[in-house]
Amino acid sequence: MFAYLIRRLFYAIPILIGVNVLTFALFFVVNSPDDMARMQLGAKRVSQEAIEKWKAERGYDKPLFWNENAKGLGKVTETIFFSKSVKMFVFDFGRADDGRDIAREIKNRMGPSLAIAVPVFVLGLFAAITTALLLVYFRATPLDFLGVAALVTMMSISSLFYIIGGQWLVAKVWRWAPISGYVEGISAAKFIILPVIISVLAGLGASARWYRTIFLEEITRDYVRTARAKGLPERLVLFRHVLRNALIPILTGAVVIIPSLFLGSLLIEAFFGIPGLGSYTIEAINAQDFAVVRAMVFIGSVLYIIGLILTDISYTLADPRIRLS
Amino acid sequence: MKPVLLVSDALFFMLLAALAFGAAYVRRTPHLAAGWRAVGKSSAAMASLTLLTMFLVIAVLDSLHYRERLPGPQAHYAPEVRSALDALLAPLRLRQEKTYSAPLALHSFAKETSPDGHARDFPRLRHGGSHLGDDLDRHMPDVLARGVRGAALGLILWGCLWGALALLARRAPNLAWPAVRTTLLVVALCGGVIYELAQGYHVFGTDKVGQDVLYLTLKSIRTALLIGTLTTLIMLPAAVVLGLAAGYFGGWIDDLIQYLYTTLNSIPGVLLIAAAVLMMQVAIEAHPQWFATAAERADARMVMLCAILGLTSWTGLCRLLRGEALKLRELDFVAAARALGLPATSILLRHILPNVMHIVMIAIVMDFSALVLAEAVLSYVGIGVDPHTISFGTMINAARLELAREPVVWWSLAAAFVFMLTLVLAANLLADAVREAFDPRREQPA
Repeated sequence: MFAYLIRRLFYAIPILIGVNVLTFALFFVVNSPDDMARMQLGAKRVSQEAIEKWKAERGYDKPLFWNENAKGLGKVTETIFFSKSVKMFVFDFGRADDGRDIAREIKNRMGPSLAIAVPVFVLGLFAAITTALLLVYFRATPLDFLGVAALVTMMSISSLFYIIGGQWLVAKVWRWAPISGYVEGISAAKFIILPVIISVLAGLGASARWYRTIFLEEITRDYVRTARAKGLPERLVLFRHVLRNALIPILTGAVVIIPSLFLGSLLIEAFFGIPGLGSYTIEAINAQDFAVVRAMVFIGSVLYIIGLILTDISYTLADPRIRLS
Repeated sequence: MKPVLLVSDALFFMLLAALAFGAAYVRRTPHLAAGWRAVGKSSAAMASLTLLTMFLVIAVLDSLHYRERLPGPQAHYAPEVRSALDALLAPLRLRQEKTYSAPLALHSFAKETSPDGHARDFPRLRHGGSHLGDDLDRHMPDVLARGVRGAALGLILWGCLWGALALLARRAPNLAWPAVRTTLLVVALCGGVIYELAQGYHVFGTDKVGQDVLYLTLKSIRTALLIGTLTTLIMLPAAVVLGLAAGYFGGWIDDLIQYLYTTLNSIPGVLLIAAAVLMMQVAIEAHPQWFATAAERADARMVMLCAILGLTSWTGLCRLLRGEALKLRELDFVAAARALGLPATSILLRHILPNVMHIVMIAIVMDFSALVLAEAVLSYVGIGVDPHTISFGTMINAARLELAREPVVWWSLAAAFVFMLTLVLAANLLADAVREAFDPRREQPA
């Protein structure tokens, strides 16, 4: 197990190098730093000095790969590639346009983001599995049909409408929760509850339907017939046998959600004014803060790879037959 | 008048040609044809297909672009690029109010100081209900009368349409035609009523700058369809070629392609899109000489957005195709083809590709609805289409802040909601039917 984990971490290295090279190409090769400066400084007729100053402030005034003017090792390190891309591996992202250290900002914003994402993930999984099991219990009845129709309709509604509608109805009309904002500590709950419920609802349609198909596939298996034959009530068959055996596809599906969790929280955080990574990204996009967006791409893929490894570990917990080696 | 072919138009028509070609291919291929016949027997799928065809007609009309000739002896053309749909909807487009007005309203939504400077009141709209003159009591009876007239018109229209389709229905009697008939009836009735009402009123109200919301909604359809289909068109070749090559050749080719898509896949889609779109904005800004008109620039941005969305979405299909090619490679007919000395490219083309077509088809219809939804979200975040391109995302974005008003401006959101829901729901139902018909794993119903 331990050896497996070490090997998985080594596999992650070439992928992160790939991500790094890709973002480097995207940000520094497709466009020159001069273009970026001109875009951000706005005016078409911006002076060359202003551009040079902008580049010097951000360290974009160095050559891309090879610095002829530096001495010794500096030929490699005094370049954009080294200072902007290689340093990402030690989570040194440099400074944002407002002068703050990006790494520290990310660390501070991790908390609020997790405060939203973890409950959404857990509650969402719970709600979806419960709904799916209920529909499977009532399969081939009008209730099942209505349920599936409702789920398909729910997944056809843009998440924007869930957020806008929910915020308007719950926070503005009924005044049950604050419209937006965030505080640290335990009183964060009242700010978190509405965004969490909305995220869970927005994701319910697609995931519950997906789990329903998994369960339906599972109940055609022989062990289910055996369980029924020995007189187990359907309720127990579903909860004791089908649910446990469906855990592997459920876990695989859960990983697929992780990136969309990020997208979801991006919108949710922006709408509800939660100072997490999602709203940080949106602010950076709107302010065209290239350094922050680059850092978020890297962090995002690190998180994704961690998620993948966690899933592999959870496989062994769900199914003892699986040995990681 | 000078016809204009925008890049997205060209790609869109290419796509239609590909669709026609694909349909012909399906007719010639027995197992695919059988699958589509199964789709045709599903009421939900046929109703969805009818609706999607309506949307497609609107999008095609909106893709025939031209520039108007300006009056004068020389051949000067207006800078704005218009479409056939714009020409058809000219009354809607030109009857602009000052600001918000509710659906079917006679008065503006915001109070204004009257010209004599005394009272602040809701001014009458310039166009909405202007045919009534000062006879405001006639408002409701007029709306009702127009509604009835519209319904009658819709019925006639439905009769004609269904009359034509019934001939087709007789040739393929076991498809779910009743669903088509009902859907057409509903669409014709709604269309008729809206058409009659739109002659005198703003059926869905007007937005902040007084534009008719109905016009905006109809224009959004093209953007949504284009993003949903062009993305697939752009990513499909890469996904198919790389996926099949990885599965069939194995070895270092497989390793390389797997590495490529694992790397791309490990970046959360929205972040990759954000980074790419930001850089595209910089490139567009840095090279204003690339585009002759603003419409061309907005259009290029949309096509690039499709390419970027394709970049993030081809990995799923690629992985599926690789797995399938791995399986097919070991089968006897492929081994026989290899033993006969057929080159790898023709084995892939003649023996492997036809056997994965159903996966490709499922992927196309499944992606569509997700892409339409993604467009709205991305436009909200500010990394979607050009802010001047009319789309559901930009509509929602403009309307969202107005919910804070009292009373609420709800009609823009409601119109976008209804049209988006119809489009995405239809796409989802069709996707379900297609998957049910073609997915070999789900042959036996549970």
